[in-house]
Amino acid sequence: MLKVTALQKIYNGGASAVEAVRDLTFELAEGELVCLVGPSGCGKTTLLKCIAGLMPPTSGTVELAGDSVTAPPPDMAVVFQEYGRSLFAWMSVRANVELPLKEKKLPKERRRELVAQSLEAVGLTAFADSYPWQLSGGMQQRVAIARAVAYEPKVLLMDEPFAAVDAQTRADLEDLIRNIWQRLGVTVLFVTHDIDEAVYLGERVLVLSSSPTVVQDDITVDLPAERDQLTTRQDERFTELRARVYAQIQQAKNSAAPAAAH
Amino acid sequence: MSQPTHTTERPAVQAPAHPPKPRRPMPLAARILLRTAHVLLLPAVLIGLYAYSTATSGSYYTPTPGLIADAFAELWFSERLLVDVIPSLIRLLTGFTIAAVTGVCLGVVLGVSKGVRATLEPVLEFLRAIPPPVLIPLMILLVGIDDSMKILVIVSGCVWPVLLNTVEGVRAVDPVLADTARCYGLRTTTRLRVLVLRSASPQIMAGLRLALALAIILMVISEMFASSSGLGFAIVQFQRTFAIPEMWAGMVLLGLVGFALTAVFGLVEGRVLRWYRGLRAANRGE
Ligand SMILES: Nc1ncnc2c1ncn2[C@@H]1O[C@H](COP(=O)(O)OP(=O)(O)OP(=O)(O)O)[C@@H](O)[C@H]1O
Ligand SMILES: [Mg+2]
Repeated sequence: MLKVTALQKIYNGGASAVEAVRDLTFELAEGELVCLVGPSGCGKTTLLKCIAGLMPPTSGTVELAGDSVTAPPPDMAVVFQEYGRSLFAWMSVRANVELPLKEKKLPKERRRELVAQSLEAVGLTAFADSYPWQLSGGMQQRVAIARAVAYEPKVLLMDEPFAAVDAQTRADLEDLIRNIWQRLGVTVLFVTHDIDEAVYLGERVLVLSSSPTVVQDDITVDLPAERDQLTTRQDERFTELRARVYAQIQQAKNSAAPAAAH
Repeated sequence: MSQPTHTTERPAVQAPAHPPKPRRPMPLAARILLRTAHVLLLPAVLIGLYAYSTATSGSYYTPTPGLIADAFAELWFSERLLVDVIPSLIRLLTGFTIAAVTGVCLGVVLGVSKGVRATLEPVLEFLRAIPPPVLIPLMILLVGIDDSMKILVIVSGCVWPVLLNTVEGVRAVDPVLADTARCYGLRTTTRLRVLVLRSASPQIMAGLRLALALAIILMVISEMFASSSGLGFAIVQFQRTFAIPEMWAGMVLLGLVGFALTAVFGLVEGRVLRWYRGLRAANRGE
């Protein structure tokens, strides 16, 4: 479904060139939910932007269902890390969620239904007529999530989408994402810095090394499909996987230390 | 989530049960009354001071407010309204509108395209440096002395603040928001309408406000040359014929016109930029 081959990205901003991503190769099967973890600054956002067709890679390719991605493909939704800046400040919450649906030319009835459902799912029904700047950071983040969900994409890219919400809301949203994923069969690539979250959510966890970035490890999460915040997190297998991801990230950080020293 | 059993790393976001309601501190009538008093206080004091000084000095060139008011009523509530005032206002608004549309359209093109900007910028910088009044002699030769000359003068001055502010606003569109629009497949027209123009609207409105003030000035100046009607013409004529109270009445009318136009503009701006005020207030933590 989604195939990233030998992806490299070098930013040529001004005097110095920054190699954000060196050589990434991985693949997502259709309907897979994969979590991406890696140290801060290792190029997760860069990778996501290349996949979304927002930025051309320096070399390497991104293929979606066999087609090379050079512009934002249809049926792909992205929740940006800078959630606050990704909302239209001059539009109400409802209008923000509805805008992409209007552009898809969905009939009014269907639009209303999707907007209501997705706002309900993120717990913002009462705020449909508020403006984004009247909401807290975590609520704004949920609006961005609702917009992506209402869009009914085939591929969903999320860049640390729960960074600004409290633990309880976070747990609810994690279950929401799994629920949507199971219900709609979307392919999800989910960036997080939270190891527990990666293991809890994903069917697979990709660990990126620190810059210059390569795929450090690819861990299959063999937990049962039905997950539960209490029992899954107490599962012995969960603890094992968590420890493994943790070790890999530690290694990713340490292996980069000599490179960063000079 | 009020029970303290659940400790979280971050402070939990406490969502209020209802969206914030707009505040309603006072009944509307009282508010209007208070505001009017507020607005009228200083003018009343200034007029009083002027009345006092003219009554004591009695100069021919500074007639008392009473004389000016008489002249005002006699002049402007007569057919002069149709001959001088209305045509002036029509030229003013036509020029302003043409400048606004041209400035915004050109500004969007320039703001979006780096190539066009690089090509046109030197020429535009040069044209902008020419003070519009010096174009009047040329325009009289080219288009004659009728309305179109005066409108052209207004346009040639007003277009710049709109253009430059629009370019700036368009260039400042948030890249994350632009990426969002691309991801969700917004078409060019939608992108212009809901992304570019809206996010540049604070700058565009600032440009339009400047343009409006300029338009009034240029309207008067263009009417002082080779003209036979209009407010500018009338004021110069009164001055030349030593009709001093009438000259003052013309100035007062110009002031009132400017005040009224700015007030109307402020109302429109308030509506268009409601979100922007809210956003700024929210960022300041109000
Ligand atoms: N526009 C840019 N120009 C130049 N360098 C950039 C640009 N964007 C990112 N970088 C650099 O590329 C590297 C990777 O950045 P990126 O934002 O992809 O990291 P990230 O993994 O998403 O980090 P975080 O977890 O903190 O969000 C960083 O070293 C950053 O400085
Ligand atoms: Mg990032």
